[in-house]
Amino acid sequence: MSCTTLFEQVLDPDNRANPYGLFAELRRQPVCRQEDGTYVVSTHAEIARLVSDPRISSEDLPDPQKFRWTGHPITDLFVRPIRAEIRRRHQPFIFRDPPDHDRLRGLVMRAFSPERVRRMREETEELTNELIEKFAGKARIDLVDDFSYPLPVTVICKLLGVPPEDEPQFQGWATQLATALEPNQRGDEETQAKNEQCFTEISEFLRDLIAKKRKEPQDDILTDLANGDDDTERMNDFDLIATAVLLLVAGHETTVNLITNSVLTLLRFPEHWQRLRDDPAIAPRLIEEMLRYEPPVQYRTRLAIADIPIAGVTIPKDAPVVLLLASGNRDPDRFPDPDRFDPDRPDNRHLGFGGGLHYCVGAPLARIEAEVALVALAKRLQNPRLVEDPPPYRPGASLRGPRHLCLAFDGIAGA
Amino acid sequence: MSETPSGAPERIVVVGASLAGLSAAQALRTEGFAGSLTLVGDERHAPYDRPPLSKQVLRGLFSPDTTLPRHPDLNAEFRLGTPANRLDLDARTVSLGDGTTLPYDRLLIATGTRARPWPKSDEATLDGVFTLRTRDDAEKLSARLKAGPRRVVLVGGGFIGFEVASTCRDLDIPVTVLVRDGQPLEAALGPRLGGLVGEIAIERGVDLRLGAEIEQMDSEGGRLTGVTLKDGERIEADIVVAAIGTVRNVEWLEGSGLAADEGGVLCDGYCRVLRTNGDIVPDVFAAGDVARWPNPHQDEALVAVEHWGNACAQAKAAARNMLAGPAAGLTRHDHLPDFWSQQFGLTIKLVGLADGADSLSIVHGSLEARRFVALYGKDGRTVAAASIDSARWLPAYAAAIRERAPFPPITDAVDQPRLRIEEP
Amino acid sequence: MRLSTPLPEPDEPRMKVVVDLNRCQGYAQCVYAAPRHFVLQGRETLVYDPSPDEAARAEIERAVHACPVRAITAYPDAAGETK
Repeated sequence: MSCTTLFEQVLDPDNRANPYGLFAELRRQPVCRQEDGTYVVSTHAEIARLVSDPRISSEDLPDPQKFRWTGHPITDLFVRPIRAEIRRRHQPFIFRDPPDHDRLRGLVMRAFSPERVRRMREETEELTNELIEKFAGKARIDLVDDFSYPLPVTVICKLLGVPPEDEPQFQGWATQLATALEPNQRGDEETQAKNEQCFTEISEFLRDLIAKKRKEPQDDILTDLANGDDDTERMNDFDLIATAVLLLVAGHETTVNLITNSVLTLLRFPEHWQRLRDDPAIAPRLIEEMLRYEPPVQYRTRLAIADIPIAGVTIPKDAPVVLLLASGNRDPDRFPDPDRFDPDRPDNRHLGFGGGLHYCVGAPLARIEAEVALVALAKRLQNPRLVEDPPPYRPGASLRGPRHLCLAFDGIAGA
Repeated sequence: MSETPSGAPERIVVVGASLAGLSAAQALRTEGFAGSLTLVGDERHAPYDRPPLSKQVLRGLFSPDTTLPRHPDLNAEFRLGTPANRLDLDARTVSLGDGTTLPYDRLLIATGTRARPWPKSDEATLDGVFTLRTRDDAEKLSARLKAGPRRVVLVGGGFIGFEVASTCRDLDIPVTVLVRDGQPLEAALGPRLGGLVGEIAIERGVDLRLGAEIEQMDSEGGRLTGVTLKDGERIEADIVVAAIGTVRNVEWLEGSGLAADEGGVLCDGYCRVLRTNGDIVPDVFAAGDVARWPNPHQDEALVAVEHWGNACAQAKAAARNMLAGPAAGLTRHDHLPDFWSQQFGLTIKLVGLADGADSLSIVHGSLEARRFVALYGKDGRTVAAASIDSARWLPAYAAAIRERAPFPPITDAVDQPRLRIEEP
Repeated sequence: MRLSTPLPEPDEPRMKVVVDLNRCQGYAQCVYAAPRHFVLQGRETLVYDPSPDEAARAEIERAVHACPVRAITAYPDAAGETK
């Protein structure tokens, strides 16, 4: 099969449950031009090289009309009410290049401090156990709806400083915006209108919340970003809203998938579930292997701003570039026996959080959430089984994960 | 003489128990060597890491114990505090200072370097005159810095000197740096970036003297009181740190027949050492600061690279080649030289060899912002890249250097200033 | 942020840690995993505890595995020797 149409099949929801065979075929040609002019990069070495290549831009993404799976509707949505000039200048930092990217990311990193993130571990433990308590008396749960979904949105709300009474509202927006983020899921006009409505609502909500944080500063990320301190500038409202929405969406959907994919994988390989039960200290390496094996973000789109010779081809200036992270993670030239789930893999330099300048800002939080959640689930769920394998998936190819994950079990143990 | 040793080795001796020696030992085990493994070290300490000594250890951050982690399954015998003093190639033995003799099937020479002592021995022995290379050196100097000296005078324009100067400033100790020739760090970074580091040091309160040399050290009752410069100026100081380079530890190889001198132990691209007549010794290898070998990234010129990264990489290449049977191919040591330095709150990194570069171009950021990537060109090829606080761009340029890409290799990039080609 | 830790008691069990700072690109994942033992000074200057107490083992292991470039090596002390 020619690789020029393989990526189209990757996008096909029918292949969502297991795209890895397609990736293997794609890797036969590490950098492959698709019929629409997009270049798909599928091997570890080439992806690792391009994430640190200064000819790869995250700005000026290609026209979504022309390249239908590379558009970023969320960014369109941010800006629809705003003039084009403002639009260009206030994209969230994942769609910015240095020096703007570095400035905005630097401000976020300051607020997202190690101390603040560390404190979330205990909060996450409490939340996790509260959610598990609710399983009591049931024989079956949907892990997605009953656990993976509510956990990250509550954590990100606490971290940002969204009042508890507004959390349900926030969760609704997060769900809606996550579908809008999916590059190849632009949806019909009705969905688009809903997305836009949602973005307007959340922007207004955030604008008010920011004003409140300026009047009554609290110990949270929004307060820090809205006020700055002696050493740092404060973020303007446009950048701040874009950043907050980014943290909400990027910190939510991806973590839902990380937790769900992990439970799915561990129940497919129950010896690892048992190992985690017996020795929670293996959680960190298990999670890194999970990020390699079933990464929540399967690919990212960039733009070539100059001709880039790589792996025997030249990606031409202005071509969209799809970095197929999930395929690089299964590259046998980098990972021996790549389709084997092996937490003891040495030198596991996976691409699950991307790499280079845009390495996932939320990675430390995602690791804490996944570790706490998996350790608690393994400890407390008695004899869990998958009811349906493969489970139904959401249609998204980039942010890939099950829509539901139905589990049967024999009860829950104490915390 | 055969260039491949016969039979799989049963006994491997590593002379030198520092970074290269330990890295080789670990690599030997990783590669499956199950025989007896002995590491010989002249210091009493288990293998330890040196880079922190001039920085956090002197400053008193964290623990001063920089012992390198050893894999639980290393299963090696350490002969510490016992220098090797003789090598017999024919008998395949190493004699140690305690009178014992170690037979080997394969030998790795990783004896490294020591600090070049201050040339005037009466001054070198004054109380208050230091060199900095070992843990013991760092411990003594650290204790003296804690006592609050009036001033520290650093002699030498290399990285160690500037790192110590930076530490002194962190501790709010007045410090003078004397650089005899050219700009600071000129040998590694060229005059332009070396000059920039000098400017940064001055901004942070370092009294930097270029073209300055000590005429004599002044003392009272065996204790340093100050230095007098060649131009007659006297500087009051309680401490002098001589950071004037290193001397390779090759004396123990005298009479062995190996091509070893102050330039290092000569070996081939596969880390096999050579005899004075140029013959390869198939069962003796060298790695780390003491080795001198043809570098593929510098037109096969014979160089010794005294960097942390090279010690690890060369040790691994040597380990693999020590175990390669006659049929197996040898691994070429083709590591691209790299190093880092932390000073004045900045991280300076270099990949490649900037030595002999004829052009320089800033490809990201700016010198003014103290955050940039600078590329070095030589004869139209990209030969090195230096960064300050911009390390995430370096892998792209390291690839260009490895491929000997035209200079500059990338001319359209994000956050790239208008490219100007300048003198390095 | 507290940078200096008291000197260890001589026979308290320690871990041994080394970071390949050529490889380090300042992703700071270790700082999040073990903030008492890894500190980023300025933009990308990593300073770390080469000899943390054994009690920090879980944190140190998190740091080892979280490093995107796998630049951290850590083992319990006094390992690897034959008597």
